[in-house]
Amino acid sequence: MLEISNLTHTYGSGPGAHHALGGIDLKVAEGELVCIVGPSGCGKSTLLRSIAGLLRPTGGKVVLGGTAVDRTPDDLAVVFQDYSRSLFPWMSVADNVSLPLRRKDMDKKQRRSAAMEALEQVGLEGAAAKYPWQLSGGMQQRVSIARALAYRPSLLLMDEPFGSVDAQTREDLEDLTLRVRSHHNMTILLITHDIDESVYVGDRVVVLSKAPARIVGDLRVDLPAPRDQITTREHPDFVHLRAEVGRLVRGMRSQSAPAS
Amino acid sequence: MTGRSLLDNRPLCGAVGVAGLFCLVELAGRTGFIDPIVFPLASTIAGRAAALAADGDFLADVVSTLGAWAAGLLLTVLVAVPAGFALGTMPRVESALRPVLEFLRPIPSVALIPLALLLFSDRFDMKIAVIVYAASWPVLINTMYGLKDVDPLAKETLRSFGFGPLAVLWRVSLPSTAPFIATGVRLAASIALILAISAELLAGGASGIGTFIIEAGSSPDALEFIVAATIWAGVIGIVSNTLFTLVERRLFRWHLARTEGAR
Ligand SMILES: Nc1ncnc2c1ncn2[C@@H]1O[C@H](COP(=O)(O)OP(=O)(O)O)[C@@H](O)[C@H]1O
Ligand SMILES: [Mg+2]
Repeated sequence: MLEISNLTHTYGSGPGAHHALGGIDLKVAEGELVCIVGPSGCGKSTLLRSIAGLLRPTGGKVVLGGTAVDRTPDDLAVVFQDYSRSLFPWMSVADNVSLPLRRKDMDKKQRRSAAMEALEQVGLEGAAAKYPWQLSGGMQQRVSIARALAYRPSLLLMDEPFGSVDAQTREDLEDLTLRVRSHHNMTILLITHDIDESVYVGDRVVVLSKAPARIVGDLRVDLPAPRDQITTREHPDFVHLRAEVGRLVRGMRSQSAPAS
Repeated sequence: MTGRSLLDNRPLCGAVGVAGLFCLVELAGRTGFIDPIVFPLASTIAGRAAALAADGDFLADVVSTLGAWAAGLLLTVLVAVPAGFALGTMPRVESALRPVLEFLRPIPSVALIPLALLLFSDRFDMKIAVIVYAASWPVLINTMYGLKDVDPLAKETLRSFGFGPLAVLWRVSLPSTAPFIATGVRLAASIALILAISAELLAGGASGIGTFIIEAGSSPDALEFIVAATIWAGVIGIVSNTLFTLVERRLFRWHLARTEGAR
């Protein structure tokens, strides 16, 4: 469903140029939940923004559902890390969630009920009339997840979505993502710098190197479903996989150290 | 109520200040420190101001000034907001016009009234023209500043759902800039009032607060009339500013919540 071939991106030009992506090849099948891990600043967001058509990569190709991405594709939603800036403070929670549905062939009533349904899924039906700034950080992030869900994209991109919430909320949101996935059969690409999270949530974990980012590992996660915050994390396969991913993320670091 | 909480109440504190100044001026006149012929007693002015409030001729002048003020302000918004958006969204146009704007902005608008008198044969048109010219600046500048303040991530969010540039302008840039525009309009309202009265003072005309003040100059109680009319002009300014502030607070609660939360 998603095919990325030899994707490169360079910010700026001349001596100050920064090579963010160094040739990424990645195929994601329909319904897959792929986690992308990599050290901070390696180019994860750059990769996501290229897939979303928010940034024109300097080289390579992104093909989504058979068509090349050269502007923002219709059938895609993004959950940004910075939820507080990505929600519109002048609109109520319900209006925030239903706004993108204007792109669809839906009347006001349909948009409203789709928004309420999505808010219910994230457990925020009571906050519909509130404003985003009246909610806690975790609740705001749930609103932005609800906004993406209501849109019913075939591909959901999440950029370090749980990076700035507390540990308890983070676990809740991870489980919410897993529930959503089994409920809607969406394809999800989740970017994170948290190794445990990538193994816990993903069907597959793709590891990126330091800049310029390349894929240094692509591991299948075959943990028993449904996943559970306690039992999954003590499963021998989980422990083994997180060590493997950790080695891949760290291994590149120690290799590239003498070069710099 | 303790003395501290009395001073914490801002409207009350202000009322105490006004009353204090009133008593001071009154006392200065009564003790002969300021001869009442040079400057009238505070109580005389207050009486004169109260009488003006019931004076049909003066009220007609007030209505005339307010009419020009409202028409000018409306036209200002219609001109300056789109201009601000054009300059704010097209950096090339902005840099091309920047020298012209930088040259024009420091010129005191009142100094342009004689020029406007020559350009416009109709007094009302002249008044509106100088109001729009002077009042446009804060609206234009605030609109451009507000546009710069629009969060790129908010725009990107809407783009990621497939919205085009016009939809982003309408659904993100405009609402996000609205509180800045509102502040600009509030400032513009004060400027428009100043310019309306200044134009009447300099150019005369059939009616208006400024015309009233000029004509009062030839009456025996000139000073009393002039000070009383000026006080009413000040009251109109304060009332307008208060109303605009209240509307701003109510409409843009989200903006206050966000800027206060960021501190
Ligand atoms: N607009 C930009 N201009 C220049 N450099 C950028 C820009 N955006 C990101 N970068 C640089 O590219 C690198 C990768 O950024 P990013 O993709 O955001 O990393 P990550 O999401 O993995 O933390 C960083 O070193 C960052 O400084
Ligand atoms: Mg990032």
